[in-house]
Order: sequence, then structure tokens, then C-alpha cells
Amino acid sequence: MHARRASIHGWLLLLPAAVLLAAFTHYPAVSTLWHSFWSTPRRNRPSRFIGWDHYRTMIDDPIFWTALSNNALYALGTIVPSIAIALAMALWVNERIAGRGALRLAYFTPTVLPMIAVANIWLFFYTPDYGLLDQLRSLVGLPRVNWLGSRDTALGALMVVTVWKEAGFFMIFYLAALQTIPPDLKEAAALEGASRWQIFWRVTFPLLMPTTLFVLVNAMINAFRLVDHVFVMTRGGPDNASMLLLYYIYEVGFKFWDSGYAAAMTMVLLAILATAALVQFFYLDRRIHYR
Amino acid sequence: MSAIGERIDDAGAAARAPGARRARPPLGERIDRALHTIGAWTLGIVWLLPLAYAIWTAFHPTEFSARFDPTAPWTLENFRAAWDAAPFAQYFVNTFALVTTILVGQLVLCTLAAYAFARFEFRGREIAFVLVLLQLMVMPDVLIVENYRTMHRLGLVDTIAGMALPYMASAFGIFLLRQAFKTVPTELEDAARIEGCGTLGVLWRVYVPLARPVYLAYALVSVSHHWNNFLWPLIISNTVGTRPLTVGLSVFAGTDQGIDWAIINAATLIASGPLLIAFLIFQRQFVQSFLRAGIR
Repeated sequence: MHARRASIHGWLLLLPAAVLLAAFTHYPAVSTLWHSFWSTPRRNRPSRFIGWDHYRTMIDDPIFWTALSNNALYALGTIVPSIAIALAMALWVNERIAGRGALRLAYFTPTVLPMIAVANIWLFFYTPDYGLLDQLRSLVGLPRVNWLGSRDTALGALMVVTVWKEAGFFMIFYLAALQTIPPDLKEAAALEGASRWQIFWRVTFPLLMPTTLFVLVNAMINAFRLVDHVFVMTRGGPDNASMLLLYYIYEVGFKFWDSGYAAAMTMVLLAILATAALVQFFYLDRRIHYR
Repeated sequence: MSAIGERIDDAGAAARAPGARRARPPLGERIDRALHTIGAWTLGIVWLLPLAYAIWTAFHPTEFSARFDPTAPWTLENFRAAWDAAPFAQYFVNTFALVTTILVGQLVLCTLAAYAFARFEFRGREIAFVLVLLQLMVMPDVLIVENYRTMHRLGLVDTIAGMALPYMASAFGIFLLRQAFKTVPTELEDAARIEGCGTLGVLWRVYVPLARPVYLAYALVSVSHHWNNFLWPLIISNTVGTRPLTVGLSVFAGTDQGIDWAIINAATLIASGPLLIAFLIFQRQFVQSFLRAGIR
């Protein structure tokens, strides 16, 4: 094929995808930045250039800071337990344990449920008095707790739901990685007199590092991107105690219809996601070869 | 029932087998093993409890919603009530249309683009590829405000097309298929060209059939992702005629219903049922696909 024809064919093949990507990824990303410097058009007042005003509003907006710090806490409180539990699950079902198949199924099933369904199920689970959690507590004489209605527990209750939904998903990556570790490494360590605990920390865990990093980045992205359960369980309340950044952007953009301010906050969210994705890009190639 | 990761397991089990046939292990090791089994099962039961509770409630009369009586009668009444109370049949049609539209669009667009990146030399290819990968970072899930503005201008608010368009050119699909196409030997392409195949003919006859496992994996991940997707469909749909199941379920549980948990749980199971059943039947394919397609 001539180089010229190859070039034309290449671009023609790329064209349909390029048009949609430009329209729904590149253009909106740029126009988010653009609109973050313009006031939101209202009935009598067309949009006008206001520079950094939205960003100044943001710095003075206590709800924004609550959402941001909640989200950071939420990220930390979902990523660390998800990784620890996923690793424990993978180690267990990688051993010859009684009922291994059923266990894997139990661990993985939440992954295929819609987050909305998961939120409904847990909403019932958390219901004061009536829900299973309070019923179990009442068996040992503990008082009722309004898990989702109290400032102290609402965010934590959301974290538990996320961990429940995500740990099984991350488990399969650990499981796949564990099965690529040659058994002779462990046997050699055992011959040297290493305990199981030492074998885990000195041999297995370091070898799982690429997987841990991959899971970490994914959990991080999800912590900022997935807010479906907030809609069903708390709507950010009580008193913004479970407000997350994307949910706040939704409220500002689609309930108060302040699209300019929502654009400014979207820029913050994009910056956070870009940081996470850059880490991922660094390791993407290695992960592909790794398989 | 044990399909997850079984393939690679067999090798591991074989390697461990000689040790297993030895005499009874010492007491310490047996206690250790028992503790691990107990730990694993405790976690397993905790993991199953919420779903089991929902299933119990959905299949029993309301008065047993929070009372565990093994003699309680089983019933499908809650499912009938939920089905009658909200247009779930329409929601199913909508979700089905949405998921199919997205998948067909993704398969066509990503195949073409992946072929261009894998096998064509053209100016600006590297930059174009970086611009594609940018979508992994700047996801449509987050650009809700601006994409709504665009859909509004295009008159696509409250349409399936409006819900599907932002997801069709999937950077991840392009990336995955490009990797698969690159492993195809160029001799096959040359042979097909000599046989008289044009560019699209080669793609269709040589590349697509060879990448079939990748297509299957990608399709499973895409369908489960978009079956479960919520935020963008919530924003763009506002009538029964377009609402997918997830949005329909949230509307139903939020307003249409008081707090009859039996019926809400039945509706929840209706919405997640098809995917859950498909998963139980095709466990191995699901897990392999999710594994292959790590980043969605």
C-alpha cells in the first residue's frame, strides 16, 4: 500500500470515533474550563466574563470544603479496607479451603449488582429497629442507632457499602497475581525456616506490589467518580455529613442550575482524577506485559 | 459452582498435592488451618448477609420482613405488586435498548479506530492516540454539566441516543482492541490483500475473527457497566419512555412507594436479577472478562 493511501485510510477509520471523542470528551473538558470563568446565564442577565469569581466563591464555600474533606476521608476509608479485605479474600480462596468455590462466589457477587440496588439493600439493612443490623445489636442488648441519619455515622455507613461492593472485584486481580507466583519461591523460604507470616510479608506481598498499585489507583478513581449510593441513602445529609464532591456538583448543576459554579468545581474533580490517572499511565505498560 | 480462577488453580493444586498426602500435619498447623477456614467463612457469611436478607424479605409476606421464622410461607406476591406499581417492563425495554445501542456503537467505532492505530502509519498517529487515552482520565461520568448542555443544544435530552452517545467512542475499547490487533501476524493481512480484500475486508475477515475472545470480554464488561450505570441516565432521562432500570428503581424506591420493604426489595431484585442470573450461569466468563478488562 502506498504511504499516502495508508494515511488516508488510517484517518478515515479513526474519524467516527474521533468525532464522538472530540464532542463528548475533549470539547466538554475545554468548555468546562471556559465556563468556569463565566457567570451562569439567568433569565434577565446573559452570561458575562467574571474571571476567578467562581473559584473565589468556592474557597469561601463551606459546603465545598466539607465535600472535599469528606471525599478525602471517604477515599481513605474505602481504599485501605478494600485492599486489605480483597487481599485476605484472595489468599483464602487461593488455598485449599473447605467450600472454596462457594466462598469465591459469595465474595464476588456484590460486584455485578448495580450500585443503586446495593444502596437499596443496605438502606434496609441499616433501617433503625427494623433492619438486620439493629436486630442483631438488640440481641446483645445494644441500643438502636440511626446509622444514616446521624452525623457521626452517615459517611462511615456509605464507606461500608462501597467496601462491600468493591472488595470482591479487587480480589480477582489479587487472585490472578497470586497464581502467577511460582510455588518454589515459598517452598525455598519455608526450607530456610521462614514462618507463614514472614513468607507473606517478605515474598508474597512484594510480588503483589504491581497489583496493589493498580487496585489503589482504581479504588481512588472510584472514590471520586461513583456517588450513586449517595442519591439513595443520604442525599449528602444529614447536614452535609456525607456530601461527596461529585454529588455536590450534581446538586449545584442540576438542582440550583448554577452551571458556572459547577464547572469550576468540576475542574477540581478533573485535577484529582488526572493525578490518579497519571500514576496509572506510568504503570499501564508494565501491567500489560505482566500478564 | 467453583469457576473463579479454576484454570490456573489446577496447576497449583498439582504442585501442592505431594505435601497433602503426607501423614497428618502437626497440631499447630491443623489449628492454623481451622482458624483460617473459620475466618474465611465468617467473612463469606458477612458478605452474603445483606443480599440474603433482601432475598428473604422479597420472597416472604410483609409481616415476616424482619422476623426470621423458618416456617414462614414463601410468596411471589411482592414481585407482582412491584411489577404492577411501576412500569418495570418499559424500564427493561429502555435498559435493553440503551445497553445494545452503546455496545453496537462501541464495537463498530472501537474496531475501526483500533485497526487504524494498530496497523496504519499516518501523520499525527501518536498524538491522536494520546488524545484518545485522555478519556481514561477525563471520563464522561464527570463531565455531566457540559455534556448536558451539548445534549440540550442537540435536542437529545430524554432520548436513548443522548444517554448512549458519550460512551460510544470508548478509549478503553480502542486500547484493548489495538492490543489484540497488534498480535495478529502481518502475513495474514498480506495474504488477504493478495486475495483481493480491501481495507475493510481485511479487518472483517482477518482481524475481527481472531480477536473474538477480546470482543467477548469487552462486551460483558460493557454490558454490565452500562446496565448498572446511574448518574448520567438520571440526568438525561426524565420520562418513563427513556428511563433505564437503575433510574426507574431509584424513582420507585424514593417516591412511588411508602416504606414497604418487601416490595422495594422485590423491585431491587427485579432490576438486578438478569445480570445476577447471567453471572451465576457464566461465572467463569464474567470473571475472566473483568480480569482482562481491568480498567473499565
